[in-house]
Amino acid sequence: MTALVIAEHDNASIKGATLNTVTAALACGADVHVLVAGHNAAAAAAAASQIAGVSKVLHADAAQLADGLAENLAAQVLAVAGGYSHILFPSTASGKNVAPRVAALLDVAQLSDVTKVISADTFERPIYAGNAIATVQSADATKVLTVRTTGFDAAAASGGSAAVETLAAAADSGRSVFGSREIAKNDRPELTAAKIIVSGGRAMGSNEKFMEVLTPLADKLGAALGASRAAVDAGYAPNDWQVGQTGKIVAPQLYIACGISGAIQHLAGMKDSKVIVAINKDAEAPIFSVADYSLEADLFAAVPELVNSL
Amino acid sequence: MKVLVPVKRVVDYNVKVRVKSDGTGVDIANVKMSMNPFDEIAIEEAVRLKEKGVVTEVIAVSCGVTQCQETLRTAMAIGADRAILVETDADLQPLAVAKLLKALVDKEQPGLVILGKQAIDDDCNQTGQMLAALTGMPQGTFASKVEVADGVAAVTREVDGGLEVVKLTLPAVVTTDLRLNEPRYVTLPNIMKAKKKQLDIVKPADLGVDVAPRIKTLKVEEPPKRSAGIKVADVATLVDKLKNEAKVI
Repeated sequence: MTALVIAEHDNASIKGATLNTVTAALACGADVHVLVAGHNAAAAAAAASQIAGVSKVLHADAAQLADGLAENLAAQVLAVAGGYSHILFPSTASGKNVAPRVAALLDVAQLSDVTKVISADTFERPIYAGNAIATVQSADATKVLTVRTTGFDAAAASGGSAAVETLAAAADSGRSVFGSREIAKNDRPELTAAKIIVSGGRAMGSNEKFMEVLTPLADKLGAALGASRAAVDAGYAPNDWQVGQTGKIVAPQLYIACGISGAIQHLAGMKDSKVIVAINKDAEAPIFSVADYSLEADLFAAVPELVNSL
Repeated sequence: MKVLVPVKRVVDYNVKVRVKSDGTGVDIANVKMSMNPFDEIAIEEAVRLKEKGVVTEVIAVSCGVTQCQETLRTAMAIGADRAILVETDADLQPLAVAKLLKALVDKEQPGLVILGKQAIDDDCNQTGQMLAALTGMPQGTFASKVEVADGVAAVTREVDGGLEVVKLTLPAVVTTDLRLNEPRYVTLPNIMKAKKKQLDIVKPADLGVDVAPRIKTLKVEEPPKRSAGIKVADVATLVDKLKNEAKVI
């Protein structure tokens, strides 16, 4: 049995989510290979070969693989899929985009957002916004999974010494073309990997207030900034800060929710955090039911006071 | 150009579901059901494309039990022109739905298929991508903006860290993210009009699709409960607790 992990990378380095996925692949009781498909991605392939537990790196390099287009990346995975019992993707925007395409072309079902590997064919995954945990068994010959990265520890990024094998690149589908990319500038820790997250909701009132009140706290704690859907929809924070069922799933050591009521959909994204602090002036807010420490107070007074006392 | 919009009947997003005590699933008897929120956004986008004159006909499709007709009537009240129900009591998984939809795509030949990015019950996020794979169409997932012109759909996608734009040769599959649009409310006159629109019913066997599930659910459990938290009186106590009790800062 051999498992193939599809690396998420920016052609220069391997993204953290790949490391958690390698851990899940090792839990399937298998030899682990990593596929790095990209353009001028030799550095990423070299980094993948250093990951502890990886026995081989497959490297496909071509211009049409540069931007991770689903059509071309799926074709590349298909080209090597025959030899693998498990094909694992991190459950990121990119993994979720490509994994079902690969599964359908192999005529197998796909398992989304796996949080636990019980055996080589049995897995746990959350359903209904994390309000229930299903144990599921796949009868398919090849198991195609996306891995919820917060469910698995990261494999060590160094210590491995896998051989890198070069693959012929799959042909361009010709059906899609990459246009442009607009990545929000952010010198904070990445939201899904941060140890501490400071998150704001609708009560922040405006983008200016959001930044003015929460930025000093995040700076002081070295934290990433997150937001509820209400705050994102109101334009107080960028879309990719959204934590929840339809945004990012996070599980930091400390999650500080400021002015967030705690709708089911938001809780789905953060209730696996180790310690949750809620600051809200509404004593009835549902967020208090999951918080380890609840402070019923006006956040515009409490948050600056918190910054001063740190 | 025709647009096909698959919609799913799911437990209403405001309902907090309960896990059955025998661990076989969640209890959805007597629970309010609605159209999956992402699918409402998909219908809205299709209707807006029609209003812009890019699209000539919007066809809503649902797969599942008889009651899915209500979901299709809602889609037609938003503005879909007609509807197709693939009626079955079987437990439909994304691969089976994608195959049923492929059969309908082969028949109807739409220029665009717009789906929600995920259903809020199984949280799979697979059907659109699988349909694209089976039909050989390009895909624009997690769309926050769609522009169709000259046989090409320019789709702005929400990705980790920001946005990206892909250009897809039609026919193509698009899946909607929350910020694509704000679905309109259905009005009473439109609900009445929707009752008169055409709704065809077919069976999976008519489409030649085997819908047998590939994944077996062994059990469904409640997630582990968090231990009860405490209320702190002021910021100083909070800082003290975080430093000395939880030791997280």
